[in-house]
Amino acid sequence: MPQVSITVNGKTRKAQAEPRTLLVHFLREQLNLTGTHVGCDTSQCGACTVLVDGRSAKSCTIFAVQADGSEIVTIEGLAKNGDLHALQQGFWEEHGLQCGFCTPGMIMSAVDLLHDTPNPSEDQIRAGIAGNFCRCTGYQHIVNAIQHAAKKG
Amino acid sequence: MPTAPVLPQVLPKLVGQRVKRREDPRLIQGRATYVDDLKITGMQHIVFKRSDVAHGRIRSIDTSAAQAMEGVEAVFTGAQIAEFLGPMPIGTPFPSPPHHPVAVDVVRYVGDPVAVVVASDRYVAKDAADAIVVEYDVLPAVVDPELAMKGQPGVIHKDFPNNLAVALVPSGTGVDAAGNVDDSAIDKAFRSAEVVISQRMVNQRLAPNAMEPRGVVAHYEPGKGSMTIWSSTQNPHILRTFIAAMNGMGQDQVRAIAPEVGGGFGCKINIYAEEYVASAISKRLGIPMKWIEDRSEAFVATTHGRDIIGYVDLAAKRDGTVVGLKLRLIADIGAYNMLLTAAIPTLTMMMANATYNIPAIRTTLTEVFTNKTPTDAYRGAGRPEATYFVERAMDMLAHELHMDPAELRRKNFIQPNQFPFTTQVGAVYDSGDYEKALDKALKAADWKGLKEERDRAQAQGRLVGIGLAMYVEVCGIGPSSSLPTGGWEHAQVTIERDGRISATTGASPHGQGNETTFGQMLADQFGVPIEHVTILHGDTGIVKQGIGTFGSRSQAVGGAALHMAGGKVKSKMARFAAALLEAGEEDIVFENGRIGVKGAPASGKTFAEVAGFAYIPVPLPEGLEPGLSEEAFFEPSNNTYPFGCHISMVEVDRETGEPKLLKLVAVDDAGNLINPLIVEGQIHGGLAQGIGQAMIEEVVYSEDGQLMTGSLMDYALPRATDFPRFELHSTVTPTPVNPLGAKGVGEAGTLGSTPCIVAAVVDALSGFGVKHIDLMLRPEKLWRIIHGGRA
Repeated sequence: MPQVSITVNGKTRKAQAEPRTLLVHFLREQLNLTGTHVGCDTSQCGACTVLVDGRSAKSCTIFAVQADGSEIVTIEGLAKNGDLHALQQGFWEEHGLQCGFCTPGMIMSAVDLLHDTPNPSEDQIRAGIAGNFCRCTGYQHIVNAIQHAAKKG
Repeated sequence: MPTAPVLPQVLPKLVGQRVKRREDPRLIQGRATYVDDLKITGMQHIVFKRSDVAHGRIRSIDTSAAQAMEGVEAVFTGAQIAEFLGPMPIGTPFPSPPHHPVAVDVVRYVGDPVAVVVASDRYVAKDAADAIVVEYDVLPAVVDPELAMKGQPGVIHKDFPNNLAVALVPSGTGVDAAGNVDDSAIDKAFRSAEVVISQRMVNQRLAPNAMEPRGVVAHYEPGKGSMTIWSSTQNPHILRTFIAAMNGMGQDQVRAIAPEVGGGFGCKINIYAEEYVASAISKRLGIPMKWIEDRSEAFVATTHGRDIIGYVDLAAKRDGTVVGLKLRLIADIGAYNMLLTAAIPTLTMMMANATYNIPAIRTTLTEVFTNKTPTDAYRGAGRPEATYFVERAMDMLAHELHMDPAELRRKNFIQPNQFPFTTQVGAVYDSGDYEKALDKALKAADWKGLKEERDRAQAQGRLVGIGLAMYVEVCGIGPSSSLPTGGWEHAQVTIERDGRISATTGASPHGQGNETTFGQMLADQFGVPIEHVTILHGDTGIVKQGIGTFGSRSQAVGGAALHMAGGKVKSKMARFAAALLEAGEEDIVFENGRIGVKGAPASGKTFAEVAGFAYIPVPLPEGLEPGLSEEAFFEPSNNTYPFGCHISMVEVDRETGEPKLLKLVAVDDAGNLINPLIVEGQIHGGLAQGIGQAMIEEVVYSEDGQLMTGSLMDYALPRATDFPRFELHSTVTPTPVNPLGAKGVGEAGTLGSTPCIVAAVVDALSGFGVKHIDLMLRPEKLWRIIHGGRA
């Protein structure tokens, strides 16, 4: 079984992984980072979104072995020294979540969106999170949450 | 010694405020625990082998290759499961065919389980399930419900001829409690009519799609003889009841836990085969079991919603006065009766009266088995269907009479002085002011301005239309005579020895934010900071009794129970305070973290001091037991009936037929609101699902019963780009049936949005002679209308 070495949330992790193991399962099962969720099996829902080398990626579309040597940030690694990331704060302030299941992936996608487009229009926000499904909020409060974070940024 | 908390001088009142949620810190940091996040030492993984034919007799099942795989602990066929687990019960009093959790001889829908694999790892379990070979003698698939009613092309359950699960239940004018039918009044109403609108309408099948698929962990501990079951459920207490019964255990021996639950929308009310199977195998093998649903599996294994055909006849005078309504319903319930399946379409009958004075109504209902995934509750559950049928018919009537759809509705509203209002279909509406909601919506949307805008756009050749729909729904269902689970909710409020408050509720939230709203209520009730209040839920080991969260009941029933339990313990605490302060109990006031005597607040004690005294009462005041913990069951005398008005503007692309929602204005009246921020979120979510039903969502089966929309690649779930910014407004008409005046809001958004969007699209395409378009508004269908070919 191949060994992979992946830096996750600033810490290098070495573990064995079957070639077919998806990155999301590696994160959840091997590293116990269960904040990254699995909401579908066809790469539509985006609940598994993480940052791979700084860019958002659906961790269900990547094998763990493909991520060997990369740097990954998951939702657990977003807050720094107990201070929430501006997007986490935005989601809290603006009621950007209900059941919370899509939230980690939604926030990670929004991190990438604001990285590319620090002051997005509402249309740009909606397009930027179109790869992430939320069934609870109707997205309006999520848009508000991202706007909130953009203003703070 | 308890320490007095450091408090601000004056605590703000929280009820009615936009308090941000207390649930969120764990959720936004990935620190919450959903079922799939649980691990127990020795835990094995379950995967189901499912039927890939819609209807067939199992000829053979070969599990040998699966059993030989490394890591496979056990494989069970349906027949082997049946040796230790019986057919599944339902929760309604309707007749129901035997339903084995894993099919024994006949499979009746694509996705019907046929075998179960238990393995050390989920990947291995899936490999093993793939290695099971099942041969079927394929039987004719029964797909069209109107053919199914004639027994064509076959019969699914031998004791249900013509596939009739429920045959022609009548209700309304002239139907008595025993079901005797007198047609004279309804016939007279239709004879007196000057215009009759008749239309067959389809309220299509939907897949709920909570973002967290279902999942279960079952842990039977042989030494203790007890079972703990974690499940992504809306109602752990109901789960406990059924899991105990099916495993031959007492309810005291089963603990059911709903950990963090990632959305429900009705589909996590039902108690499913996977929950029974995981618990029974755990009990049999004595090891913990985990089953997690895949999304594509959810499309076949989790109950669907809606799927009702309505034949609507609406009779009126030419001045717009409605004189009668006939609604003949045919519900395609799929292959089996589940927990509440048979009851859901009865809510469509119950709400056929809508918001209008209709002197004569007749509804009939036929529920039909087909070779499809069973239906059960889905957000709105029967009420969106009723709203859709009646509101579409009202629009067609307005069109026929050249009346403004708003003015036609206004002419027929039940008036505020008519409440409580007993409808022709037996509901007793608690309170309402429909004209107020309509007027607010017309003003907020600038209905006149919208019409002018539409006319200008149409003059430029753009296909723009506007639509309006009223709704009334039924929520917080009670008393127990109207809900098979029991129509109450339970709460317990405990003042801890340090003056903090812990409270349990039988409501089991999965996104509704009850930790916040219930915290707001108790903070106000006791005059303490919300940070000192903990709301516990979703665990039958902690929450003594409960029903659960569905039917928009958490606040109206669960909130009321909490308020009552809080009132009981507050009254006892006042007696302890009166003894401490040597004052009369009636003079005791709770405010700003202190308990004192009216008019002399400085004389008081801190909340914590009084709490401490209650647990070490020296001397014990006469007539009091030590401690501060009280519980309450609240059972409402009646349901609540929230209502509202939704208005939309839609443009259809002439070249592609694609509809685009330009505007949606919603006025909702849910009675008194605890937290308007959370209420807005609930309405947004409901609107999104109602709009999804109108515009893009539909479960589609092929003629041979194959599910064509079996993954998120095929079933269109709304994205952020599908919606404009919703404009919300409210009116407040409290209910008299509970002490909070709250009506419930979880489902409201799904009711008005769907018909008002269809109305807008019909309006946009009215130049092509179209009067009604069936759900959903597929671009191809609209393109054919625009370009001459009928869909």
